[in-house]
Amino acid sequence: MNARDVIFSRIRTALADVPNLPPEQDIPLDWKYGEPLALDDVLDTFVKMCVDYKATVERVPAAKIGETITKLVKDRGLKSLVVPGGLEASWRKAAEKGGAKIVDDEPQKTSPELNEIDGVITAARVGIADTGTIVLDHAPDQGRRALSLVPDTHLCVINADQVVSDVPEAVQRLKPSVQAGNPLTWISGGSATSDIELSRVEGVHGPRNLLIILAE
Amino acid sequence: MPVSAKGLRVALFATCVNDLMFPSTPKAVVRLLERLGCVVEFPMEQTCCGQMFTNTGYFEAGLDSVRTYVKAFEPYEYIVGPSGSCVGAIRHQSVMLAEKAGDYVLAGKAAKCVEHSYDLSEFLVDVLGLTDVGAFFPHKVTYHPTCHSARIAKVGDRPYQLLKAVKGLELVELPDANTCCGFGGTFSIKNPEVSAAMAADKARNVLSTGAEYVVTGDNACLMNIGGVLHRNNTGVKTIHIAEILAAQEGDAA
Amino acid sequence: MTINQTSHARRTPAPPPGTFGVGQPEPVASPAFRKNAQKQLQNGRMRKNLSHATTTIRNKRLLRVAEVPNWEDVRSAGAAIKDRVARHLDQYLAQAEENLTKNGAVVHWARDAQEANQIITSLVKAKGVDEVVKIKSMVTQEIEMNEALEAAGIAAWETDLAELIVQLGHDRPSHVLVPAIHRNREEVREIFKKEMGTYGTPPPQGMTNDPPVLAGAARVHLREKFLRAKVGISGSNMVICDTGTVCIVESEGNGRMCLTLPETLISVVGIEKIIPTFDDLEVFMKLLPRSSTAERMNPYTSMWTGVTEGDGPKEVHVVFVDNGRTNALADPEGRQALRCIRCSACMNICPIFERVGGHAYGSVYPGPIGIILTPMLRGIDSDIDKSLPYASTLCCACADVCPVKIPIPDIIVHMRNKIAEKKKHDRRPHLEPLVFIPVDWVFKESKHWELAQKAVSIAKKSVLKNVEYFGPLPWPASPWTRARDLPMPPQESFREWWKKNRGGAR
Repeated sequence: MNARDVIFSRIRTALADVPNLPPEQDIPLDWKYGEPLALDDVLDTFVKMCVDYKATVERVPAAKIGETITKLVKDRGLKSLVVPGGLEASWRKAAEKGGAKIVDDEPQKTSPELNEIDGVITAARVGIADTGTIVLDHAPDQGRRALSLVPDTHLCVINADQVVSDVPEAVQRLKPSVQAGNPLTWISGGSATSDIELSRVEGVHGPRNLLIILAE
Repeated sequence: MPVSAKGLRVALFATCVNDLMFPSTPKAVVRLLERLGCVVEFPMEQTCCGQMFTNTGYFEAGLDSVRTYVKAFEPYEYIVGPSGSCVGAIRHQSVMLAEKAGDYVLAGKAAKCVEHSYDLSEFLVDVLGLTDVGAFFPHKVTYHPTCHSARIAKVGDRPYQLLKAVKGLELVELPDANTCCGFGGTFSIKNPEVSAAMAADKARNVLSTGAEYVVTGDNACLMNIGGVLHRNNTGVKTIHIAEILAAQEGDAA
Repeated sequence: MTINQTSHARRTPAPPPGTFGVGQPEPVASPAFRKNAQKQLQNGRMRKNLSHATTTIRNKRLLRVAEVPNWEDVRSAGAAIKDRVARHLDQYLAQAEENLTKNGAVVHWARDAQEANQIITSLVKAKGVDEVVKIKSMVTQEIEMNEALEAAGIAAWETDLAELIVQLGHDRPSHVLVPAIHRNREEVREIFKKEMGTYGTPPPQGMTNDPPVLAGAARVHLREKFLRAKVGISGSNMVICDTGTVCIVESEGNGRMCLTLPETLISVVGIEKIIPTFDDLEVFMKLLPRSSTAERMNPYTSMWTGVTEGDGPKEVHVVFVDNGRTNALADPEGRQALRCIRCSACMNICPIFERVGGHAYGSVYPGPIGIILTPMLRGIDSDIDKSLPYASTLCCACADVCPVKIPIPDIIVHMRNKIAEKKKHDRRPHLEPLVFIPVDWVFKESKHWELAQKAVSIAKKSVLKNVEYFGPLPWPASPWTRARDLPMPPQESFREWWKKNRGGAR
């Protein structure tokens, strides 16, 4: 028998006492999936929690996204930005206006090349208010995973209607992406560690600066 | 609905540790319950809850003790023990032991006993509906919620309610109260160094309160904490909650 | 495979001798828990660090848990879902395999540590590389993968900050979640100064012991390795069966680096670390961060479903490892321990763990879950393994915090029963079962108990007349009386008093 067969046979022997029922019948589950969390204000909570995790959040009307991108790029002194292929064209222009050199990822940049770039602009798929999380499903407006990982600043634009109350709602919204085979990256604030004496250090390997534009 | 104490027949589960080592505690329970109007009985067949065996892994020996418990207490509706740990062991382990041994008759009887078994604080607060039992104890005390009282018997804040109603008593908060004192039954023998380190920390916390007494609902834990307090000549005394609740004005405390 | 006899020079810092792994061919060398614990208790610095760390994290956990209105329901759901997994493991594993394969991942099966290491080594070798970057993973520690790779001439670079501290310090992790919890900042600085340059980018001149500065040094040191590595190795927090998705929960971004930049990714997964559906994820993404790092959400979570064209590794492997898990599964009570999601809440609340640290347990799985899981995986033959279930006062604090409601104290007692039964029937006689025979006799019937009380009373009347407390006594009382006095029973037992004062009967 190969290893697989041996393991499966060990499992079946080990579970001789378990009745031959569908798992859902054998162990019933008293749980309702996808339930929202009652929050006074979903967007306020989202902003509060993101800030609590040391992200910078700009809450602006949708018409002002470009303006805000320009301002952030300028303020942060970002000299070069990589952009995913499907990024909204006006955002790209706004970044350029802020003084950054825009780098395309076609053909794909190598990791060392990405390492020389100051930042990245992406859209997002879902925001989670209760936990201060943004989730990327790496669709064309967000780009492949390395883009939002290697450069030190991540500028992420999320629409108000993408923000949900809590994890269960988010999971339901993300299901189609996963079923389509997309990877997911959940981001709650910047990279952090508490490995030395449990003292929290913001910024280790992931982007040390997370700038979120919440567009209403 | 609270039950009237007047003429209520109560079986005392003294526990083996109290019977031999700390008889003043079950005596206090008798004094207290009789004062409240109960008719206290002490079924002589009782020995031990069996946890010393069970928790060391000797289930058959533990079951022997469960048999004595069932034999002694089967006829009673109210079984009261001054120990969250021993009552907790009966509650949590007696049925399991009988079932494991395949003795389902005993398991059924044990389950019935479990329903009727109470830690002293539960009996006073839940059954009799009392928090003020007319006690007087003019001392500064700190309460250690022993692990099995808190997390197996789940007596909750009942002991605090009872202590707060005692006349003259000043209750001070114990730092890190919920942390184990390091007794753990045979743990104190099998891992004496860790046990002593834990007991030392507990004693240090007790001392930091400036209390005259450290009080618990379990004498075994108290023996551990008290052993350190006595070894170090701290002068802080240990006392079981039953003895505080039994004390009255005019007693030589 | 003996660690220090490799023919070539080592590529990575050598760990201390011995093994904390599971299923290694050589016997586990660690002495019993008590001996280890005695040594660790004397380590004042470790105790101070550990006490600070565990106190901080458990208080923060309380805060984060209190924010979730239906926390108890989430726990129950987590427990039920993991019970489903365990009780129908074959079915779920087959489904996971099918969906992983469909999405382009290659699934491998390993019966034990050795087989897992062989699979991983040959996958790495096939890529023609001599180094890998890896994410902190309990199962790779359990199978002692780094040393197996080292023996094959492959350097496995730990990229989690704490694991880096441990690796560069020629040390062993002492905590599931915060492996370098026993080190303080000054020690970390010394380790970095001494070792970093030997294995890659050296730390900056004049590096202080400020945690951000130390983390900065690690960032620079590791970035070189991330950008260069062709193979990444990870564990997995969850594999989702109905979508074939692998999930990694982390904080620093080293995980994302390892999962994204290399061309080949190998994920090593215990066969129990699966959840049935993507929907179930909501339960565990609530339970895990709040129970482990006591955060609402950990900084980064990555999920991937096989190979994604143009994004991340072109080759994705999943190695499912048994290594003793089916032993645990075969025990209907012990089975519940396989619910464990490795959050470490039980360690952070355990008063024993807080005082002795992870190293005393002689296993990659320390603390309350470790003392039940380790002997289930490794058996109860060695000194350390049969002492582990006794490393508990049964204070039950762990049961209250476990996010998947593992009845840890009950399983501890269950494991003790297995050990006691083994001792009773061992060919070599053991003292403990012999001691329990007369004690059992005493409590078996009240008349025996009364006889025993009489004997104590006689002793008290004659030789021990004026003794109220015992000070230090010889064995067998010494373990108790070395640190504490022992009160003497009074002249009259309660039973005697009752007979005299309440007329005997009842």
